[in-house]
Amino acid sequence: MTSFSRAFAELRRYPSAVAGLLLIALLLLAGLFAPLFIPYGEALAKWRGGDAWRMYPVNAAPAWTDWLAGNNNPRTQILSTRDAPRTQAHFAGGRQEHIALHFDYEADGFPSELNVFLQTDHSARAPFVRLTWLTPSGERFLLGGQRVSAADRISISQHQLLSQRLGQAPHVGLFAQPASRNPGATPVVQKGRYTLAIDAILFGDEATLEADLVVYGRVHGIAGTDHQRRDLLVALLWGIPIALAFGLLAAVGTTLTTLFIAAAGVWYGGWRDALIQRLTEINMILPLLPILVMIGALYSTSIWLMLGVVVLLSIFGGGIKMYRAMLLPIKQAPYIEAARAYGAGGFRIVIRYMIPRVLPVLIPTFVTLIPTFVFLEASLAVLGLGDPVLPTWGKILNDAQTQSALYNGYYYWVLAPAVLLMLTGLGFAMLGFAMDRVFNPRLRSL
Amino acid sequence: MKNTPRPISKATAIRQNLSRFLPFALLRLLGLFVTVVIGVYLTILIANMGGKVDELRLLQIRTTVGEQVRADPAFFDMPVAERDDIIESRVTLEVKRRRLDQPFVARSIDYLLAAVRLDLGRSEEMHSDSGAREVSAIILERLPATLLLFGTANLAVFFSAIFFALRLSRRYGSWMDRAVIALAPTSAAPAWFFGIFLILVFAFLTPILPAGGMVHVPPPEGRVAWGLSVAQHMVLPLAAMFFSSIFISIYSWRTFFLIHSSEDYVEMARAKGLPGRLIEQRYVLRPALSPIITSFALMLIGLWSGAIILEQVFNWPGLGSLLFRAIGHRDTPMIIGSVVIFAYLLAITVFLLDILYAILDPRVRIQGGRS
Repeated sequence: MTSFSRAFAELRRYPSAVAGLLLIALLLLAGLFAPLFIPYGEALAKWRGGDAWRMYPVNAAPAWTDWLAGNNNPRTQILSTRDAPRTQAHFAGGRQEHIALHFDYEADGFPSELNVFLQTDHSARAPFVRLTWLTPSGERFLLGGQRVSAADRISISQHQLLSQRLGQAPHVGLFAQPASRNPGATPVVQKGRYTLAIDAILFGDEATLEADLVVYGRVHGIAGTDHQRRDLLVALLWGIPIALAFGLLAAVGTTLTTLFIAAAGVWYGGWRDALIQRLTEINMILPLLPILVMIGALYSTSIWLMLGVVVLLSIFGGGIKMYRAMLLPIKQAPYIEAARAYGAGGFRIVIRYMIPRVLPVLIPTFVTLIPTFVFLEASLAVLGLGDPVLPTWGKILNDAQTQSALYNGYYYWVLAPAVLLMLTGLGFAMLGFAMDRVFNPRLRSL
Repeated sequence: MKNTPRPISKATAIRQNLSRFLPFALLRLLGLFVTVVIGVYLTILIANMGGKVDELRLLQIRTTVGEQVRADPAFFDMPVAERDDIIESRVTLEVKRRRLDQPFVARSIDYLLAAVRLDLGRSEEMHSDSGAREVSAIILERLPATLLLFGTANLAVFFSAIFFALRLSRRYGSWMDRAVIALAPTSAAPAWFFGIFLILVFAFLTPILPAGGMVHVPPPEGRVAWGLSVAQHMVLPLAAMFFSSIFISIYSWRTFFLIHSSEDYVEMARAKGLPGRLIEQRYVLRPALSPIITSFALMLIGLWSGAIILEQVFNWPGLGSLLFRAIGHRDTPMIIGSVVIFAYLLAITVFLLDILYAILDPRVRIQGGRS
């Protein structure tokens, strides 16, 4: 143990090792934090997408981009009738309700979408709802009326008549200054207090109506959202433990099995060693990535299956030749002779005497191997062979690529997962390189 | 140690060497051939998931043929039973054409025999731009694109890495040396990853270079314009590959040269006062030649497989994206074809390296037959 603490003390002299360790510690912390913040099942359910995200904007940039660029883009505002005053007038067989949703709009940009979600609970006829839009300057727009089923969505943004009347998309026209609404002019936001008036006729005494007006923003949270309205933070955060777990397990699995096989081959020698050597050569011919792609395309893209195949294919990987070269002189070492003299069996010698001897030299290789596997997982995901349910960085990149994020200017969509991948890669690589110089005696003097 | 020259002529020495070396070479060749056969057979098994893909293919044939016949106006008036007969006979024909009626084991052996004879056969789903269905034609069509891009990038990385590594090993500890050491960890990211950043910066933020593809659409008239267009499209993928591996290559070659230049015989040469260039050429580079040649050869055959993801990211029409599409189409002959060629190239390279070592390295030559 003292040699380890000495090595650690020496490591602290390398700024890159310290930086790498810090990065890894941060990632580990975030990786531990992710399951506490969003439980595993919830993260998976959320990442599947769907109705849970209906009140989130589509492709909204992170809020901090606004701050960086000095813009004042709108955030999403959700206004519920549950906390708005309402006036009621009863008539035979039902009642009339008037609810006014007021909100202040102070952003410089236009909202990205405008929707009203309605929930009713009724036993008799379905309620009838009419929406009216009031702008700060006192203009009044009728948004039409309709019957409402149990859970309904009125998409004001896709209101055909209104967009023809305004000459613009409704979520732009409704928020524009009257003068700037003319064809040819660039629309300018009209700031102030807007009102959505909801007039409803409900049939039956127990019928209820609640509505949510969602003024979708153009920026959202710290990570932004994707084309399915999902908050990217879920995948960015959960990507950390998944990437680390995959990288670590794959690195451990490949190094230890390879090392064990190499040591066993060296110890037993003869036909076993020859067999291992020939298997390594056969393995060299099998191309790893195409095989992974084949298995992903034909069988399953589960991340654990991929992990298994990666480990399986690298058992007889190129590392064996290197380890063999290291282990061959050790076989002749006196301390092994001593072990044999007290009657240690072959397995014991391999496990207790040969492997521990080369382990310190392998630690740097092991550390630098981790990011390789993290990037391998991302690579598979970018090819569309990511795990079907897990939220990972690679899958964000893949979504971004299929949606032409760069072409459409959603840079955040690519940058956030890429930066996280980069930090992971750098953290482990910097530590590994510094360790290499500390642990490898041949390099130490250089 | 002092060696007394043995009293034999040069010719007998060569003959002795040859007589030791030939059996070794033959044995090695045989071993490599067996390796290739086993590797290729494993690929065949994997590409078919042990025959599982056949079920998928049968289903696919049935649906496509069924749709074709049902959509054909010539068969509209036919009674259903008769039409079903037609579908059935066409399915049988198609199954026969792809030889799916034979057991998988028999077919896999046939695939193997053909593959070993380098008879790559015909693709089932894909065809070349000129319409040929031969696997070899399709591969040959894509080969120039891959060779052009990956050849340029890898050669550039290889030679500049060795050049800079030699210079750095001469003055290690300088700021340039430390900069390379500091930058080496960036190579943890693969080339496609750098590619994304480069596309972002140079194709979208400051649109000066194309984001993907090999030539402009439509291709420009004239050879020079076409070449310029290709060159323009090559800049970003080249830069991505160069940056992703140059620092780590310089770093590892530098370390390698440093280790070699701290050997006693180099110190001795230095003590004798030999000029630096001579030391470098005779005492550092010469013993380091075989690892350099090995990595050069391995790099050359590495070109063959291209890089699936880099080609996908840059939309480069090379072998990597071809293989990716072949896997998507479950086109077994295509997949086996590209793996077979890779296996052969690898085996030939390994064999040539063995011979080259024997020529370059006297230690190997003398042990030749025994090891």
